[in-house]
Amino acid sequence: MAINKLTVSMSPHDYGKYSVKKIMSGVVLAMIPALLVSVYYFGFDAIRVNLIAIASCVFFEWLFQKIFIKGKLTINDGSAVVTGMLLAFNVPSNLPWWIIVIGALVAIGIAKMTFGGLGNNPFNPALVGRVFLLISFPVQMTSWPKVSVLNFAMTDAQTGATPLAIVKEGLKNGESYSSIMNSMPHEYVDMLMGNIGGSLGEISAVALILGGLFMLFRKIITWHIPVSIIGTVAIFTAILYGINPETYASPVFHLLTGGLMLGAIFMATDMVTSPMTGKGMLVYGVGIGVITVLIRVWGAYPEGVSFAILIMNAVVPLINNWLKPKRFGETIKK
Amino acid sequence: MLKTFPKGGVHPKENKFSAGKPIETIELPKQVSIPIAQHIGAPAEAVVKKGDQVKVGQLIAKSGGFVSTNIHSSVSGTVLKIDNVLDTSGYKKTCIIIDVEGDEWLDSIDKSTELNTNIDISVDEIRNKVLDSGIVGLGGATFPTHVKLSVPLGKTCEYLIINAVECEPYLTADHQLMLEKADEIMVGSQLMQKAIGANKILIGIENNKPDAIKIMSEVAKKYENIEVSPLKVMYPQGGEKQLIKALINREVPSGGLPINVGCVVQNVGTAFAIYEAVQKNKPLFERVVTVTGTSLSKPCNILTRIGTSTIELIEAAGGLPEDTGKVVSGGPMMGKALSAITVPVTKGTSGVLIIPAKKSSRPKTYNCIRCGRCMNVCPMGLEPYKLKNMCVVKMHEELQAERILDCIECGSCAYTCPAGIPLLDYIRLGKANLNKILRSKKS
Amino acid sequence: MDIILNTLITLSALGVVLAVILFVVAQKFKVIEDPKIDEVEACTPGANCGGCGLPGCRGFAEACVKAETLEGLYCPAGGNEVMKEIADVLGLTAEEKEPQIAVVRCNGSHDKRRKTTTYDSALSCAVSATLFGGDTDCQYGCLGLGDCVEVCTFDAIYIDEESGLPIVDEDKCTACGACVTACPKDIIELRNKGKKSRRIYVSCVNHDKGAPAKRACDSACIACNKCVKACPFDAIVVENFCAYIDYEKCKLCRKCVEVCPTGAILELNFPPRKVKVENTETSEIEN
Repeated sequence: MAINKLTVSMSPHDYGKYSVKKIMSGVVLAMIPALLVSVYYFGFDAIRVNLIAIASCVFFEWLFQKIFIKGKLTINDGSAVVTGMLLAFNVPSNLPWWIIVIGALVAIGIAKMTFGGLGNNPFNPALVGRVFLLISFPVQMTSWPKVSVLNFAMTDAQTGATPLAIVKEGLKNGESYSSIMNSMPHEYVDMLMGNIGGSLGEISAVALILGGLFMLFRKIITWHIPVSIIGTVAIFTAILYGINPETYASPVFHLLTGGLMLGAIFMATDMVTSPMTGKGMLVYGVGIGVITVLIRVWGAYPEGVSFAILIMNAVVPLINNWLKPKRFGETIKK
Repeated sequence: MLKTFPKGGVHPKENKFSAGKPIETIELPKQVSIPIAQHIGAPAEAVVKKGDQVKVGQLIAKSGGFVSTNIHSSVSGTVLKIDNVLDTSGYKKTCIIIDVEGDEWLDSIDKSTELNTNIDISVDEIRNKVLDSGIVGLGGATFPTHVKLSVPLGKTCEYLIINAVECEPYLTADHQLMLEKADEIMVGSQLMQKAIGANKILIGIENNKPDAIKIMSEVAKKYENIEVSPLKVMYPQGGEKQLIKALINREVPSGGLPINVGCVVQNVGTAFAIYEAVQKNKPLFERVVTVTGTSLSKPCNILTRIGTSTIELIEAAGGLPEDTGKVVSGGPMMGKALSAITVPVTKGTSGVLIIPAKKSSRPKTYNCIRCGRCMNVCPMGLEPYKLKNMCVVKMHEELQAERILDCIECGSCAYTCPAGIPLLDYIRLGKANLNKILRSKKS
Repeated sequence: MDIILNTLITLSALGVVLAVILFVVAQKFKVIEDPKIDEVEACTPGANCGGCGLPGCRGFAEACVKAETLEGLYCPAGGNEVMKEIADVLGLTAEEKEPQIAVVRCNGSHDKRRKTTTYDSALSCAVSATLFGGDTDCQYGCLGLGDCVEVCTFDAIYIDEESGLPIVDEDKCTACGACVTACPKDIIELRNKGKKSRRIYVSCVNHDKGAPAKRACDSACIACNKCVKACPFDAIVVENFCAYIDYEKCKLCRKCVEVCPTGAILELNFPPRKVKVENTETSEIEN
């Protein structure tokens, strides 16, 4: 009887359901709630920034692949889309288009493709892009548009500071934390829902947590990194708040403002730049939490999540080498 | 909470289509090719020549060393020739080809089905019978059983562990054997227990076979010191190190054998084969093979003679589907892809798995995204992504330090890799190269 | 002004202290090496191919300097010229060796060896060889996955797309033997380069009997013994159903090539025959 040529390959002959593409599309799906919130508060601008960031990231990935790396194209694995969205989430919604493109160029071109593309970059590309922009264009990067519900007309040119910046400024001027909070226009509920000033994707803690739960459920991320970051920040700031509630902000305030949720759930959990073992992830998360609080409380910048993650990214290879999985049969060896 | 091993493991789709299908026998083939190397260790030496008349159960190849075993004719007829035939290994190996004429068994074989529970037989006699009957581990590793039944001096064995886990998806041969031959398996286990002087017999069965657990538990009550433990479904629980960890929470040291922690692990199929060899005087010349696959019309469990061509089993299971892309000997996780469907069934063939063409190619590969999944599923606590890279650049000393030799080749890493990287391909290669280097250093 | 002065003083002090430390350490941990090692190393090609069996050219140079005679030490990549240079430096005599070259002893191109299965695993001959005999019926032939190409430090071997077989670039090959050890099928052999690069060899290593060998591959050696009879110099032996030409005995008379019924014996770099038109396989290899 005639049969086709049989395929001969090594075991296993069955494969799991995960693929890079599925993981990346899962991350994109998880970012949708936060995207919707940003559209709700920033209007059409949110979509504009996202589209520009994604398009330029994919374009630069294609360009660098074509010119420098050669080999098969990797733009369809979806990682450039994720980088683009994360970059957009990390910038104010009124950012001029050319700054976004520069950010994408740095993120993809310098932080990712120079090291050999997906999987080889030591630092989170979106964050490198963001920090580059923050240092190069401090004015544009820190003039946050005031939120206004469903404002698609884009007439509102008013800008305001983030809660973190308000508190930082106030404390520097010798005001007490409670009086700053009293004069602050935002309640905790606003911070939870996203009715505060800030980068495009970081405003609503609820939407971000929703996305995080989705990724946990789909087993794209594990609980270690988000929980250890959030836990460390909570404990560290609670201690400070306990010491002097007038000069240090409350832990709830620290958790709900700034890029902490975005960083803990989406940025720090980037597989390429985070440790591999559970124990390593915990060390990494604690490190990010501590550095974040140090920068927020004593540093020059009001926000420190991006810097904290980038600093810990650099330590990841060490963590991987140090916290290896426990070998089977190692302990009882006589 | 059911017991399982604590670290790593995956849970592929079980797909046990042939579960509950009674063990059938098929028509005798017209010709069998019996390889002389069906086990780990030295190949056997043929003792028949072209033109010889043989009967079922007659010795046709003699053990070629301590780690080696006998091979018996599975049919009666004339030896056509001794020639090279493509076998499961993918290479042409020496086979004894016999033309089948009738079905005449040796007179010494007890063909009755009556249960014989009398195990009043000396330990040496058991071992000799096991060697004479050519019994090897039927789980797939085909390690000669008489070697495993000789406990080294200075070591004692507390537990005899019967591996009835059948953690490979699709396969049901052991499952069905337990349903039909529970008593025989118990007697066979007791014989092994006697040979190695174990205090207790533990039978580990995964929880996806509730009927087998029920029957085995009931039957076990009739015998002393046999305990059946249900286990949580998790691949690769059938690996002996994982099974020992799951059942009695002891870790076999790196590079060690189960006997180092006072255990010997045997497969249920082996227990049954030992029962037949010792109580019925029947050498190992037939075994239960699961023939299965998503595209197969009649997945089934077949009792087949060693040396039967794989295609005859497939025909019995409804014929080879049109869109077949891959035929695997064994299960999907550790089985070997066959390069032709004519290869003979050997003692180690636990299943024949048909995979349709669209599922037979490897997934698309991407760059490693360092997600660490391979590391989290590795039951031995290794770092497959790192081992693979080291294998590619041939860092053999580092590989040894990273304990590549502990790898049990279960394939969990390659199964789970989202980037579709052939991790196990390279790790196997690295292991082989390292072993070669270590051997040459020794000599 | 003070600031500049302070800075200058601090930096200079730092520089001096560090310089002293560096000097002391350099003196204390100085490794005394025979300067000849450097000289010898300068003679070597510096490719670190490992063809001499020692770790790199430096390792070879050390071994040469340490050794009493140059017996057993030979740089295949550099050949006799380099060995002579090294011998001059050390005041020893180097053994002369016939220049060699790698030959691929498989002629089973895609059109001659039908594929029976599809291989789908890591693209490495070594991986493939642990899995099965190959994707054709011939389990001795070239797997065509290019392990030899990967190990070649001289870029002297490549896989021909059309035939799927590796081809040795005669100008670049230094006979370092890296490909010989890399080939899991032991197909590649180092043979004497011969006069004017002329070589005759059996381009097949199968151990199957004639019939199955022929079934698997059109140009397999079928062990018909015709070449053995034709050879006037007893240079050809058939072992394990495969002929082998001893390059020490072969006088390049080309009689065996004519009688081979499958074209398994190849001749390289010979002028075209007067009577017959040059057969196509030879010119293909030449290219």
